[in-house]
Amino acid sequence: MKAPRWHIVVIVAAALAFPLIVRSDYYVHMFILALLWVVIGSSWNLLAGYTGQVSFGHAIFFGIGAYTAGLCATKLGISAWWGMLLGGPIASLIGLVIGWICFRLRGPYFALATIAVGEIFRLAAVVWRSLTGGMQGILLMQSFRSKLPYYYLALAIAFGCIYAIHRVMRSKWGYYFIAIREDQDAAESMGVNAFRYKSLSLVVSSFFTGLAGAFYMNYMAFIDPEVVFSLHHISIMAILVGIIGGVGTLWGPPLGAFIMVFLQETFRSSFFGLGPRWVSELHVLVFGLLVIFVILYMANGIVGDWDKIRRLGSSKAGAASASAGKGS
Amino acid sequence: MSTPFFESHELTKDFGGLRAVNELSFHVNEGEIFGLIGPNGSGKTTVFNLINGYYPITSGHIRFQGHTLNGLPTWKICKLGIGRTFQVVKPLRRMTVLENVMTAAFNHTESVVKSRDKALGVLEFCGLADKKDASAKGLPLGDRKRLEIARALATDPKLLLLDETMAGLTPQEQAEGVALIRKIRDSGVTIIIVEHIMRVIMSVCDRLLCINYGQRIAEGTPEEVANHPAVIEAYLGKD
Repeated sequence: MKAPRWHIVVIVAAALAFPLIVRSDYYVHMFILALLWVVIGSSWNLLAGYTGQVSFGHAIFFGIGAYTAGLCATKLGISAWWGMLLGGPIASLIGLVIGWICFRLRGPYFALATIAVGEIFRLAAVVWRSLTGGMQGILLMQSFRSKLPYYYLALAIAFGCIYAIHRVMRSKWGYYFIAIREDQDAAESMGVNAFRYKSLSLVVSSFFTGLAGAFYMNYMAFIDPEVVFSLHHISIMAILVGIIGGVGTLWGPPLGAFIMVFLQETFRSSFFGLGPRWVSELHVLVFGLLVIFVILYMANGIVGDWDKIRRLGSSKAGAASASAGKGS
Repeated sequence: MSTPFFESHELTKDFGGLRAVNELSFHVNEGEIFGLIGPNGSGKTTVFNLINGYYPITSGHIRFQGHTLNGLPTWKICKLGIGRTFQVVKPLRRMTVLENVMTAAFNHTESVVKSRDKALGVLEFCGLADKKDASAKGLPLGDRKRLEIARALATDPKLLLLDETMAGLTPQEQAEGVALIRKIRDSGVTIIIVEHIMRVIMSVCDRLLCINYGQRIAEGTPEEVANHPAVIEAYLGKD
């Protein structure tokens, strides 16, 4: 799906105006988290959706970015904001090494390897207490009391990430990434050095994920290994964001990010305090049901199957919409 | 003696205990259409996979324009100027015909504009220009085979390996295919072709090599090979 130019102008304008109109720290906080997931989901999508290398280990890069920022403050005695400069490159470097090892494997075997490497990083961060502080985590002071600076910074990172991926996908790299996804053997016979281009995809992907991690450290001012290196809260969530929105589409992960964050928050807060407390236990279940629904009826995600959804909306009581409608 | 354009010297490939290609030596001259024939399972596609670097070579060596290809990765062999098509076509399904060919055309350029120009030219050459925006997934077989050829051509090969590009096509499509192959050769590309359809092979090739059980049984002009007793025996059996 290609969003026309005026759509993008509207989105940017709305995003810039949002915190000035909605003067609620709570909603601005929600949007900051959603923007963070836009970055993580889009980065994951570059590697998994466009290049076909499904990663279950993006928490590695998020965690590396977050700890880079945290350690700047605790070990180097400089501001954690330096992590915003260092977090991306260091995550990319680690990505290169992980790719060098794991890109020997194809398909599901690559995915399994990334789970293993992700767990290694999580456990290392728990055990290596002299460096990371172990399960105590890292606690800093927030730089700003207002949420506005964080909001605009997150917005800049999110748009920067989407724009970078957009540019990459329209260059030679993009053609090569998709060729590798579609058929690695055919790609190699056309002169594509698959190992090199998979590594490049991973470098860009891990850079932005690391940047998101560094931002998270500065914004939340607290991290521990179970939060930032988490398999299900980060790595799996990145995959869900991609699948719900649409794998291999530019605007799928951003849409998926907002849906997931607001769904999660709606249930976590028991419908903003209106529902009974036990509803808050349901959010994982709802994620599961949503994924099942999307896989059954919109295998390409909301953006990927947008034309199909629109047709369903316009054909009123067609047989197809009746059968698909039951799922909701 | 000058070094040949392309040479396979005592090429051997073992799959476990099975010798698929057995000390096969042959050479191809620049500008030639060289046919590789043999009964099913005689090792023709395996030879392509060895040239192309898909399989590691057990022993012997392959030389192309002074380069030894042994141990080189597939993409580097393509960069040196060897393009190939696949017997079982491998379209990049979720890309258009143009995008498929552009991917190949990036072989010697970084520029999207140059790659697009090159790809459009190749599509025109192969008679696929009117299908450039079609999804590769939905193409009929004849066009998929053409797309294979177009993609290989877009990498700017000096040597083109065609693996059964005519199989499954109608006589009309075959005739067009033969014309296309001649046109490619006339544009200065040397061709090695594996094909089962004898009418195609006999009409298009300058020289033929017939193999069975991975071994040479006859080499020469199409007439010489077709009338060779060992070739007739390999295809029809002894009476």
